[in-house]
Amino acid sequence: MTVHNIYIFNKNGNLLYYHEWNRLKQTGMTREEEAKLMYGMLFSIKSFVNKISPVDPKDGFLYYKTSKYTLHYFETLTGLKFVLNTDINAQGVRELLQEIYNQVYVEYVVKNPLLNLSEPIESEIFKAKLDALVKQSPVFLSRVP
Amino acid sequence: MSRASNRFDTKKVNSELVTLTYGALVAQMVKDAENTDDVSKQLERLGYNMGVRLIEDFLAKTGTGRCMDLKDTADKIQSAFKMYLGVQPNVANWSPGGDEFSFILDTNPLTDLVELPDDLKNLKYCNIICGVIRGALEMVQLDVQSWIVQDQLKGDQNTEIRVKFIRRLEDAMPAGED
Repeated sequence: MTVHNIYIFNKNGNLLYYHEWNRLKQTGMTREEEAKLMYGMLFSIKSFVNKISPVDPKDGFLYYKTSKYTLHYFETLTGLKFVLNTDINAQGVRELLQEIYNQVYVEYVVKNPLLNLSEPIESEIFKAKLDALVKQSPVFLSRVP
Repeated sequence: MSRASNRFDTKKVNSELVTLTYGALVAQMVKDAENTDDVSKQLERLGYNMGVRLIEDFLAKTGTGRCMDLKDTADKIQSAFKMYLGVQPNVANWSPGGDEFSFILDTNPLTDLVELPDDLKNLKYCNIICGVIRGALEMVQLDVQSWIVQDQLKGDQNTEIRVKFIRRLEDAMPAGED
């Protein structure tokens, strides 16, 4: 199993944080452009998924899967969006995303009064803690498939 | 991560430390500001900035879902009071339309050691709480107004904080899309 990369967007769709671990292929566009397309896609999927849902969905869009990777999506009630791309066999990624929010984002970004919540996260401690959490997760195994 | 394993153990802080810290802050603001209305306004803004962050902590700790109605919201704020201030206010005085309600606090830890001098009688000492409520709810797409109706510092029996629902905020569209 492996983790490819993570995107964190704020409620307005600005990219707050990006990091990649075992990313095998680049899209050949700038990070900003890629993030914009990613957010646009998620926004459309999310709104349409909710529209065609037979009953009012609680969480709505959770993930999509291709033959090569899975994109996991986790949105908090405050509109923060966490996106984690993994291989197709990864289990328990939703829990991992919840932990990233609970134990890393809230602890090291929200509770750091000197960080502006609407700006990209530059905090070194955040980066280190996120990296550690992802790497110790069973989802992460740096073996390239 | 030890911070994570005892997430629900709300660490105890001496309440007098909180009361004194808050008191010192307000006192300094009164000294710095031209008039007391400005201080009240600043306190509300300070609370707003706290609320914007506090809501994330609240959601992370409680794992709560989206509120179904304003009653639900009131209950959750009530539990937040318990979590962060250690007091449990009553939810009361619902407006007939159901879009306005009050929190009634018998005791208010912020004002434990406080008495307002005569020249500061119109200072809204606890306005920070109103700000916190407004900031926190704004982050979950609820636009509300919050203000103090009764204040123990002004001789009232209880402290009453009113919350009025204004509107639901919509999700922002991604930039550059029409």
